[in-house]
Amino acid sequence: MLEMQHVSKVYRTELIETHALRDFSLKVDEGEFVAVTGPSGSGKTTFLNIAGLLEAFDTGTFRLDGESVNELNDDARSRIRNQKIGFIFQSFNLIPDLDLFDNVDVPLRYRGLNAAERRRRITQALELVGLASRMKHVPAQLSGGQQQRVAIARALAGEPRFLLADEPTGNLDSLMARQVLDLLEEINRGGTTVVMVTHDAELARRAHRNVHVMDGKVTDFQPYAGRPIGAGAAGRAALA
Amino acid sequence: MFGYHLRLGLKSLRRNPVLTALMIGAIGLGIGVCLTTLNVYSLVSGNPLAARDDVVYAVQMDGWDPNEGWDKDRPTLAPYELTFRDAQAVFESDIPDRKVIMRKGAFVLGSADEKSEAKPYIAVARLTTPDFFSMFAVPFKYGAGWDAEGERNAEPVIVLSEEANQKIFGGGNSVGKTVKLDDKEYKVLGVLAYWNPVPKFYDLNNGSLDDPEAVFIPYSRGELLEVVSAGNTNCWKPETIDSFREFLNSECVWIQSWVELRTPAKVEAFKSFLDGYVAEQKKLGRFPRPLNNKLSKVSEWLQLNQVVEKDNSVLLGISFMFLAVCLLNTVGLLLAKFSGKVAVVSLHRALGASRKLIFRQHLVEVSLIGVAGGLLGIGLGYLLLLALRQLYNSYEAVTRLDWSVGLMALGIALIAGILAGLYPTWRICRVEPAPYLKTQ
Repeated sequence: MLEMQHVSKVYRTELIETHALRDFSLKVDEGEFVAVTGPSGSGKTTFLNIAGLLEAFDTGTFRLDGESVNELNDDARSRIRNQKIGFIFQSFNLIPDLDLFDNVDVPLRYRGLNAAERRRRITQALELVGLASRMKHVPAQLSGGQQQRVAIARALAGEPRFLLADEPTGNLDSLMARQVLDLLEEINRGGTTVVMVTHDAELARRAHRNVHVMDGKVTDFQPYAGRPIGAGAAGRAALA
Repeated sequence: MFGYHLRLGLKSLRRNPVLTALMIGAIGLGIGVCLTTLNVYSLVSGNPLAARDDVVYAVQMDGWDPNEGWDKDRPTLAPYELTFRDAQAVFESDIPDRKVIMRKGAFVLGSADEKSEAKPYIAVARLTTPDFFSMFAVPFKYGAGWDAEGERNAEPVIVLSEEANQKIFGGGNSVGKTVKLDDKEYKVLGVLAYWNPVPKFYDLNNGSLDDPEAVFIPYSRGELLEVVSAGNTNCWKPETIDSFREFLNSECVWIQSWVELRTPAKVEAFKSFLDGYVAEQKKLGRFPRPLNNKLSKVSEWLQLNQVVEKDNSVLLGISFMFLAVCLLNTVGLLLAKFSGKVAVVSLHRALGASRKLIFRQHLVEVSLIGVAGGLLGIGLGYLLLLALRQLYNSYEAVTRLDWSVGLMALGIALIAGILAGLYPTWRICRVEPAPYLKTQ
C-alpha cells in the first residue's frame, strides 16, 4: 500500500541544513492502522507530508498503491491526493466561511462528481460522524470535537484508500479524543488504511502497530499487538 | 468548475470587505478617469461619415496671400474655405455626383402664427445647396429638403432641426407650416431626426464640437437677402468693400465646399477641372500662389484640421498612466489579500486542487474585482462627464457617454484586473501547502 525505501529530506536555508528524514524506510500494508510516534522535530510530520504527496523528497523511492510517485507532476500528484488520500489535521482545517456541506464538498468538486453523487456522499459522510442535521452550520458554530468529525467526514466522503491523520486529537479533550479515535478505528475496520501521527502513547497503543521515529529515522517498530486488521476493500465498500 | 470558482471567488471577496472595496475602488478610479478621457477622445477622433468616406471630398483651392501661406507652420496648407466666386464655380461643375456649397448665418427664428406661445430666439442657420442632406446622410423625421429648382429660385423654404421643431411646434409634424426667420416667412419642408455628428465634420472651421445648426435654408437665399456670414471670414487682400456685392466678389474665404465623386475617374476629372479653373483665374490676376488644389476625404479632412489636438492624446496617455498606478496599488492589495489566504489555498491543494486549478480559481476572483472595478469606473466616468458638462456647456457633444466606450472600459477593467492579479495569483500557486496545514 505504502512503501518508502531510503527516503531522505533536507530543508535548506542560506545558513543551515536540517535533515528531516534520513534513510527513512517504512512499509504499510493495506488495511493497517499504524501509529507514528516520536518527539517534536523527529520527522513525523515530514513523513506524513511526503506520504500525502504534499512535499517532495530528495532521495529514495516511494511507492503508493503500487505506483512510484517520484517523477509524478503536480497534476498527477493532486489527482492521487484527491482520489486516494484523505487528510485529518490537528487543527481541523475547515474553511470558516463555508458551511459543513460545502466543506465536505471541496474534495468532491475537484473529483468532478455530479451534484447528485456529491450530495449522496456528503450526506452519508456527515451521517457517519453524526452531524447530518447540522450541515448548514458553519464551523464556528461547532465544538472542537464536532469540527474534527466534520474534517473526518470530509476525508471519508472521497472514499480514500489511505487516511493520513496528523495529531487528530491534539486539540481535543480526552473524551472527544476517544470519540475521534473510535471513529478512526471504525473507518479502519471498514478497510481504509490509516496512518496516524501522535504524541499520545495511549492512543498509539490502539493502532495495529507503532512506528517510532527519531532524528528522521525509524528507530523502533512494534508489530501487530492483537487487534485484527480491517476487512479490506470489502469493508470499505460497506462504508460507502 | 467555473461556477464553483465563481462562488469561491465571491465568498473570498466578502471575507475581506475593506480590502475588496479598496481594490475595486482603485481599479474603478483608474477606469473612471480613463473612461472620461477615452470617451472625449473617441468622440472627437471619430469619423461620423465613415460609411461614405470613399466618395465624399472637401474642396480646397489656394488663392491666398502670395507672400505668406494660410498657415505659417504648414506652408503647403490651402485655406479651409473658398471665396464666394470659387465656390460658385465648384457648384456649377457638372462632374460631381453631388455638390454642396454652404455657410453659416444667424436669424431670429419664431412661429409665423401670432397665437403661438413659442418665443422667438436667435438661431444659427446653415445656408446650403440641397445635396447637403443626401450627401451627408442627414436623417429626416418628417418631409425632405428642397430641390434644385427651389435652390435656383431662392425659395423661402426651410428644414428644421428636431430641437427647433420641438421649440416652435412642440415636436409634431410641422411640414407645410410656416416659420419666420427675421421678418420673412418660410414654409417648412422637412424636420430632421436627431442628428449630431461629432466632430461637426462639414464645417470644422466654425466650431468643430458645436451642435449642428437649428435651421437649414437654400444657399441662394443668402445672396438674395444679403445675409451676412455668421461663421469665420478670412481675408488677406487689401480691398475696398462697400457693399454686399463687393464682399461676394472679394478674395475673402468663408464658403465651405464639398463634392461627392463616386469613381476614381470622376475624382481625376474634378481635379483637372479645379486645375483648369485656377489656371483660368490666374490669367485674370487671381490665385497668385503656386497651384495647390486639394480634395480630402472626410477622414483626411479631420486630420488636416487637427480636430484631435495633441493635448487630447497627451491627456489620454496620462489617464492610462494613472490607471497603471491604480493597478500597481491593486497588485499590492492583492498580494496582501492572497497572503492571508495561504492556509485556505494549502488546504485546497491538500484536498486535490492542482496548481492549475488554484490559478484558474484566483483568476476568476481577480476578474470579478476587475469587472466590479469596471462597473464602478463606468459610474464614476459618467459622473465625471456630467461634471464636465456642467462646467463647459459648449462641450455637451463630447461629454455624453458613448456606451461602446463604456463597454470598452469594462473590457479594459477586466484585463486590468487580470493583469493586476497575475503576479499575486502566480505567487499563491507556488505556495508549498505542507507548512500551512499544521496550524490554521
